Amino acid sequence: MTDTTIPSPTAAPNGFWASKRRTENVTRWTVFVVLVVGSITMLLPVVWMLITSFKTRADVFAVPPPNSTFFQTLKFWIPIPPHPENYPQAWTVSGMYSGDSWSFFGIPVQGITFTTYTLNTLFIAVCGCLGTTLSSSLVAFAFARLRFPGRGPLFLLCLATMMVPTQVTMIPTFILFRNMPAFLGGPWYNNFFPLVVPAFLGGGAYNIFLMRQFFMSIPYEMDEAAKIDGCTNFGVFWRILLPLCKPALTTVAVFSFLWNWNDFLNPLIYLDSNSKKTLALGLTNFVSLYGQDYQLLMAASLVISLPIIVMFLAGQRYFIQGIATTGLK
Amino acid sequence: MTSAERKEAISAFMFLSPFLIWMVFLMGGPILAAFFLSFCKWDIFNPIQFVGFDNYKEMFFNDPRFWKALYNTAYFTFLSVPIGMALSIVVALLMNQKVKGIAIFRTIYYLPSILGSGVAMAVLWKWIFNADSGLLNYMLNVFTGIPISECPKWLASEAWSKPALVIMSFWNVGGGMIIYLAGLQGIPSTLYEAAEIDGANRWQQLWTVTLPGLSPVIFFQLIVSIVGSFQIFNQVYVMTDGLGGPADSTLVMVLYIYQKFKYFQMGYSSALAFVLFIVIMLATWLQFRFAKWVYYEGELRK
Repeated sequence: MTDTTIPSPTAAPNGFWASKRRTENVTRWTVFVVLVVGSITMLLPVVWMLITSFKTRADVFAVPPPNSTFFQTLKFWIPIPPHPENYPQAWTVSGMYSGDSWSFFGIPVQGITFTTYTLNTLFIAVCGCLGTTLSSSLVAFAFARLRFPGRGPLFLLCLATMMVPTQVTMIPTFILFRNMPAFLGGPWYNNFFPLVVPAFLGGGAYNIFLMRQFFMSIPYEMDEAAKIDGCTNFGVFWRILLPLCKPALTTVAVFSFLWNWNDFLNPLIYLDSNSKKTLALGLTNFVSLYGQDYQLLMAASLVISLPIIVMFLAGQRYFIQGIATTGLK
Repeated sequence: MTSAERKEAISAFMFLSPFLIWMVFLMGGPILAAFFLSFCKWDIFNPIQFVGFDNYKEMFFNDPRFWKALYNTAYFTFLSVPIGMALSIVVALLMNQKVKGIAIFRTIYYLPSILGSGVAMAVLWKWIFNADSGLLNYMLNVFTGIPISECPKWLASEAWSKPALVIMSFWNVGGGMIIYLAGLQGIPSTLYEAAEIDGANRWQQLWTVTLPGLSPVIFFQLIVSIVGSFQIFNQVYVMTDGLGGPADSTLVMVLYIYQKFKYFQMGYSSALAFVLFIVIMLATWLQFRFAKWVYYEGELRK
């Protein structure tokens, strides 16, 4: 720890302030340098992904030997010349499914590429995000603001579900969804129902908990004033509390979007045909087929991660606060 | 119950209805069904066959892969959780030192954990761990001088595949860091002032003020991280093509459950899932049992 360089206050008072300020400066700089080194370490994998994605296949595997020239080492870190054509190639290389077709709003399209996977993932992630945000805030409102018999135990039960591993409920849920009656759109297999509908049913204990914490922090007088003005419970929820909870809503929305975007196990279980696959599944397919073409794999991985990075940078102000609150209360 | 109360309760249950449907059909019901299935043999296509404790007997006495999966999961958890937590606390402490550019640092450290469990990251790490041309062995070679051919083979080696997973998990320290950072900012500055008057140096303040003040957050993080790391799946699936190799050295519990599910051994798979559930509950219970080290400020005011 760098902190040990600070002298204890019992040190000789002679020149104490001057020396303390100096050591504090040293400490501050040490901390700064350590954090910078850490930052480089944290970013290196993602930067390496970017570097690899611009290399040729031959350069990907060319590791400079210990006594290599400056140029060899430079070429390892900076792809000269860069090969941006890896990107379109990675995007369309799954032309091996050129025989397959898929439909875009009813229009049949020949050939499956990452475009198909992106649209599928986008659909699932947007629906999942909407469903989670809406239903978790509805449920959280009841837990935070309304009195009903069994509220305490039910909320505890809700929290307890966080401990249940998804794999426990996976098989019965799978069987339930496969046997869904036709009037409910069944069977829920090889379509998006099993991935989207559960989001509309509460959105999971974590999100309910997070929303409830936010609702609880809003003074109850708000509700009362609105009720005197003739608001129903739903009116209070929709017109008063939700607009005040934008940071929390953003947190839930961003997180559920990311979760759906990254989700792997559920699509793996429920989606079968190529035209239905998500980006996560498409990428794994791609890995097993082009396992050694790391420049293409990295290009594809980077493009897939890009929306996440953008969303993160755009929403971080809100949701860093959001998770911090849940973690603390 | 007055009529106003009844009205409120009815309205509450309307708000709760999505959650109640989920609780009954996608949580409670499936848990019971999985419990029942774990005593059965079933491949979906043929009728269910009740077999009593056979699945569990098979698992405990006749299935070395189950023990291997349990061991691998525990290995990963016991290495990645404590080291990862220590790292994220240290990073949070450093960032709390009023350094310049904390917002930028916070973003940089948090970014990898946002990408965290995604398939894209797993593909990237598979490439970094590549024995002959991966970045990790190159860096090892540059910094230690060990020839690349003598560096660990990581994912291709039975001995190094699990440490590789642990190393990869350190890039997720940002998630914990954010929470610790918030926790640090919640420790009242009066406590530090009091400690300083008592003559405590910075090191003593860390142990007597900061860490006790942070302990509820550490406790929360400990529980959440252990539950999470017992359920590692995506990364292992992608990096080992769903096999958990080499020689089952990365076969973790969830992967094993998935493999059995994929081969339509629904009963056995459910039994495995139940054992995982019980292990997680046991781990959580134990942590609560030995939670005396957690210090709640509110307790003093009783």
